[in-house]
Amino acid sequence: MKIIVCVKQVPDTKGGVKFKADGTLDRGAMLTIMNPDDKAGLEAALRLKDQYGAEVTVVTMGLPKAADVLREALAMGADKGVLVTDRVLGGADTWATSQTLAGAIRNLDYDLIITGRQAIDGDTAQVGPQISEHLNIPVISYAQEIKIEGDSVVVKRQYDDRYHMLKAKMPCLVTALSELNEPRYMTPGGIFDACKDDAPITTWGRADLKDVLDENLGLKGSPTQIAKASDKVKKGAGEKVVLETPDESADYIVAKLAEKFVI
Amino acid sequence: MDFTLSKQHEMARTLFSEFAEKEVKPLAQEVDETEKFPRETVEKMAKAGFLGIPVPKELGGQGCDVLTYAMCVEELSKVCGTTGVIVSAHTSLCVDPIVTYGTPEQKAKYVPDLASGKKLGAFGLTEPGAGTDAQGQQTKAVLDGEEWVLNGSKCFITNGKEADVYIVIAVTGTVEKRGKTMKEISAFIVEKGTPGFTFGTKEKKMGIRGSSTYELIFQDCRIPKDNLLGQKGKGFNIAMHTLDGGRIGIAAQALGLAEGALERTIAYVQERKQFGRAIGAFQNTQFQLADMATKVEAAKMLVYKAAKAKDQFNADGKTSYSVEAAMAKLYAAEVAMEVTTKAVQLHGGYGYIREYDVERMMRDAKITEIYEGTSEVQRMVISANLLK
Repeated sequence: MKIIVCVKQVPDTKGGVKFKADGTLDRGAMLTIMNPDDKAGLEAALRLKDQYGAEVTVVTMGLPKAADVLREALAMGADKGVLVTDRVLGGADTWATSQTLAGAIRNLDYDLIITGRQAIDGDTAQVGPQISEHLNIPVISYAQEIKIEGDSVVVKRQYDDRYHMLKAKMPCLVTALSELNEPRYMTPGGIFDACKDDAPITTWGRADLKDVLDENLGLKGSPTQIAKASDKVKKGAGEKVVLETPDESADYIVAKLAEKFVI
Repeated sequence: MDFTLSKQHEMARTLFSEFAEKEVKPLAQEVDETEKFPRETVEKMAKAGFLGIPVPKELGGQGCDVLTYAMCVEELSKVCGTTGVIVSAHTSLCVDPIVTYGTPEQKAKYVPDLASGKKLGAFGLTEPGAGTDAQGQQTKAVLDGEEWVLNGSKCFITNGKEADVYIVIAVTGTVEKRGKTMKEISAFIVEKGTPGFTFGTKEKKMGIRGSSTYELIFQDCRIPKDNLLGQKGKGFNIAMHTLDGGRIGIAAQALGLAEGALERTIAYVQERKQFGRAIGAFQNTQFQLADMATKVEAAKMLVYKAAKAKDQFNADGKTSYSVEAAMAKLYAAEVAMEVTTKAVQLHGGYGYIREYDVERMMRDAKITEIYEGTSEVQRMVISANLLK
């Protein structure tokens, strides 16, 4: 079995957020981690590898330093990494990103593609399903359990108040939730191997993407553009509510929460 | 000279620090309070490969270097001194001498299980009458046919009873040296469960209370002839050289304790308010912190330098690292004691309460000035080299 896991290097929320003038994130200036949902997806792939034997290839698109997440994946037990990096790919929205990743994946053999549900920086949860559309394979999103039955994958898909058990023939794409599992640690020896010059990491640029049009790539190929980005407005001092009766106070608080779309 | 860490060392630090925060820190207080050996943590560390970091891959280890191992002990000790010394005693005092002095058969038999953490290791040198004067050994080993027969006892043995494999130093006869009759000392590999090998009292300690410190007792304990480690009569050299390496582990433990105490103190002084402002706004606090941080950094450089020297030895088999290790241990241990003491002081009354980590760190720090050679022994090693 061949599994592809798409991972994204995202800002570590502990390190603070920085923007560039065009409203996109200044990724070079922030501390980074492997996106948590992607890490769960990678762990799911590695467990399938432990159980059934599989070749796990990890794909990421990003700045050259995104190779760090590939090294992390190798140190956890992935077999190969592919870094897709090119100036023309920068500033991509989910459409351009999914086009790029699909273009890279078309070069690879796969039975199963796993992505995270969503990345903690963009928070869209769009890229996984869009890749499946470009590749014309089925998608099951929000997986909290993944099993293999013959040539099919059986997935427990999470909903707000229930779950669905879904079965799809491979090849297919599954988006994983960080609740899916507890990702394993890297091993020290795995880290050393992943940092060697001959570590199995391939770097691809625009020219290596298969069946992708230029007009679908990068900032220029993005149907959506970020018009403005700003830091969160800091909360002021709290308002103390003192009304006649507890009922009145409760009504007032509920109305305020509704007004601010909290409930 | 390059002081920046390589990519693999940075990644390894991230790994150790994540593991320490998630798996070790939540248990540190309980381990101290109950004096319970953290067996589950040891199993998790085994799974993560932490028990064979500087061991070559062909012997089932991780194939990393001594610096990576030291960083592991450092990061673990930032949150729990007990967990740090478990890894250190296992790796430096048991696995390393077998890797360095073992026959191919001994390495194949013992190292893979130890490096994978399936088995835990310990080192028995100290005796009630032979501490700093390690030559004063009383434990005897006599060859009887195909077996060595061990009689005697060892005390203060880290990982005692919990460990499966023990390096034991014993007297195997006498030799004439410069006209004087001296004890001939040899090293042995002894497995737990060997008849005649039992454990005495468990020590109740001031610090590193989850670390299991036991007395080892040998009563006509018979081990195979082949379990002699290295040449007969070379036991003292093996022990001293093993301790040179062990000192890097303890220095890393001391460094971690100091760093952990400093981190907590920095956080505390920014939160705690007196006289209407954070106590970190007072110059006394600031200067104390500056001194603590500077000493921690100096200690770190000595520890890393010693680790690199041992790496060089592992590569060429001849580079000496005993002075580097002695300096690192001496300085890091004294810094740990000073920094943890100041950390308690800066926490005020709360620092004296067991709920705050710094009092545990202060208790843990003291032993780093004593075990694997006291600070006085380190000064002997260093000055002997200066005056040779």
